[in-house]
Amino acid sequence: MTENDTLAPGPAKADGQPPLLRAEHVQLYFPVKSGGLLGRTVGHVHAVDDVSLSLAEGQTLGIVGESGCGKSTLARCLVRLYEPTAGALRFRDTDITKLGRRGMQPFRREVQFVFQDPVSSLNPRKRVGQIVGTPMRLAGLKRDAAAARVRELLERVGLNPEHVNRFPHEFSGGQRQRIGVARALANNPRLIVLDEPVSALDVSIQAQVINLLDDLQDDFGLSYVFIAHGLSVVRHFSDQIAVMYLGKFVELSPAAELYHKPIHPYTEALLAAIPIPDPRDNRARERRVVGGEPPNPILPPPGCRFNTRCPRATEVCREVEPPLAEYAGGHLAACHHPMNVSPEEIAAATRSPLSPLSAGELMPGGSEAAALPEVPGPASP
Amino acid sequence: MTEQLLEIEDLEVSFATEDGVLRAVGGVSFTVSRGETVAIVGESGSGKSVTVMTLMGLTRSPNARFAGTARLHGEDLVSAPEDKLEAIRGKEIAMIFQDPISALSPVHRVGAQIAEQILAHEKIPRAAALERAIELMGRVGIPNARARARSYPHEFSGGMRQRVMIAMALSLSPSVLIADEPTTALDVTIQAQILDEIRQLSAEADNGVIFVTHDLGVVADIADRVLVMYAGRLVEQGSVDDIFYDPQHPYTWGLLGSVPRVDRDPPRRLPAIPGAPPSLLRPPPGCPFQPRCPHAFDRCRELPPLAPRLPDAGHLDRCWLTPDDKRALRETDGRIGLTEGAAS
Repeated sequence: MTENDTLAPGPAKADGQPPLLRAEHVQLYFPVKSGGLLGRTVGHVHAVDDVSLSLAEGQTLGIVGESGCGKSTLARCLVRLYEPTAGALRFRDTDITKLGRRGMQPFRREVQFVFQDPVSSLNPRKRVGQIVGTPMRLAGLKRDAAAARVRELLERVGLNPEHVNRFPHEFSGGQRQRIGVARALANNPRLIVLDEPVSALDVSIQAQVINLLDDLQDDFGLSYVFIAHGLSVVRHFSDQIAVMYLGKFVELSPAAELYHKPIHPYTEALLAAIPIPDPRDNRARERRVVGGEPPNPILPPPGCRFNTRCPRATEVCREVEPPLAEYAGGHLAACHHPMNVSPEEIAAATRSPLSPLSAGELMPGGSEAAALPEVPGPASP
Repeated sequence: MTEQLLEIEDLEVSFATEDGVLRAVGGVSFTVSRGETVAIVGESGSGKSVTVMTLMGLTRSPNARFAGTARLHGEDLVSAPEDKLEAIRGKEIAMIFQDPISALSPVHRVGAQIAEQILAHEKIPRAAALERAIELMGRVGIPNARARARSYPHEFSGGMRQRVMIAMALSLSPSVLIADEPTTALDVTIQAQILDEIRQLSAEADNGVIFVTHDLGVVADIADRVLVMYAGRLVEQGSVDDIFYDPQHPYTWGLLGSVPRVDRDPPRRLPAIPGAPPSLLRPPPGCPFQPRCPHAFDRCRELPPLAPRLPDAGHLDRCWLTPDDKRALRETDGRIGLTEGAAS
């Protein structure tokens, strides 16, 4: 497993420790075929369009966005369930983008995936013991040792170890998701990519699974990439949260700050759209509903992709794609007309190296953007 | 607020299955008044959808058994013969479904589908019905309605399809509108648009709305009154403020506690409800929540009645604990939630 470790070591981070996982300008376009016999490619769905990220050991990155924004596709790219059309993935400074099946093996053990749908992600004809035990057997564990470890894991995720011989359909949704988590834990991974792991569950069961994932992270020192469609669940886990819109990151922020100080208008719209389970707070809140719907990802609008729905959009937003500007505290946002930041903060912002290659040079506060008339500030919650 | 449109009394629905009789809804009573939005909250299998589908006569099947009444303008919907029900359904009581793609016909243009509902109840020319359909589509916020009326459902986005459903449900100005998880399949920004639409249109029509959902945020946003269901039973009923600020049933505390909130710093651990909902084939004796309730005691083996236990009328619950006990027990970490640990 060592021959690949020598591949192109990327620039180490300032503190010396390389990040666990890094994505550099990852792009995934799905071809759209014409219906005819020839099946010519008539366009591309820009599912993930030049996304860069970096995840440190033991940290959680939440990725949030609405359906069709490419968050699940990105998650699958990160573990190479999909092959990115461009860009590079590095795991502990090893370039894994082009590794073959054999080269990927050690990586496969360290990185696991938990799927959204606990029904279709478990083989209905296999018993729980086999589902959780197979990864261990493939890793070379003897039958008895694997059986013992399966029981131990089932117990750890809150299932009855006596149930090793049951089939998935004999469990409830929450229990099935626990089986998925146990399977992911089989070979002591370092990183688990969770694709909306609690979306299909009822609220009371959701909380149980969230608490379980929380405990497991503490106990095993795991890193998570946590995909969600809403901002409320990720808040619980994440150190960093990325907000995605139409294939791009529009904001990447330390978790707590995102909720108090959204910089991108889309993030603010997402926050404002979530009804709060508190009638008085809800009534007191100024409701600002963002109109329209996400545009077609086959023909994304030029410039900033949110410009078609954005209340602050101006000419420059329709022409120049904004780079990810880095504000104080490592808070990144790709917007020409950022919210909740003072002119000094805007002036001090720098272009982040995570910016898409296609983004323009113009930083917020540049000549055109500065001409923006005074826009009323956001209603901070 | 005073005119009662719908009065449901002791509604009971059970289905005969291969494994025995499944009691999906047991002894549910509530009313819906003009201009009021009643939310039914509960998890999957709590009987909330079966309750509203029964009002529409959609649960009728050879293996279903019904008891109790649901009177709409004095007419009982539970026992009404099919032809009578057909005359009421769509005109007096209409429903918006969770999944518009399977509720709409894939092979008919949406304008024609809306017109068909109008034609089923009114003797007017087809062209006039279509004209009304187009006007309705415009009112629910579908841009370019005249052209879009000629589209098929698959040509619409999820949010637009749900608007078509709303246009169809409101086409005959029903006095009761049932919305069964109308925004569950939608993204939050679209959900906010649809909720606004329903709120505004039902205020204009001054009808009664029954809103079924599992999302407490949506409840806080849209409801006047809330019914909490668990394992086929109503466990608590009250005004939206009663339920959120003075919840009486431990299950309601658990629900409120387990919702991650976007506007507050998260607690270290979410106060989850231990265990899983009971099987409706073999419900536990007494209170259905008793096996998961950390505060259960001997008396809980007997089913508590749904009764007012507080001085303020209209707030009912199904729990043996006294209001004082409840106030002391429901706080965890400074917020309402079910205390963990005791039972698991």
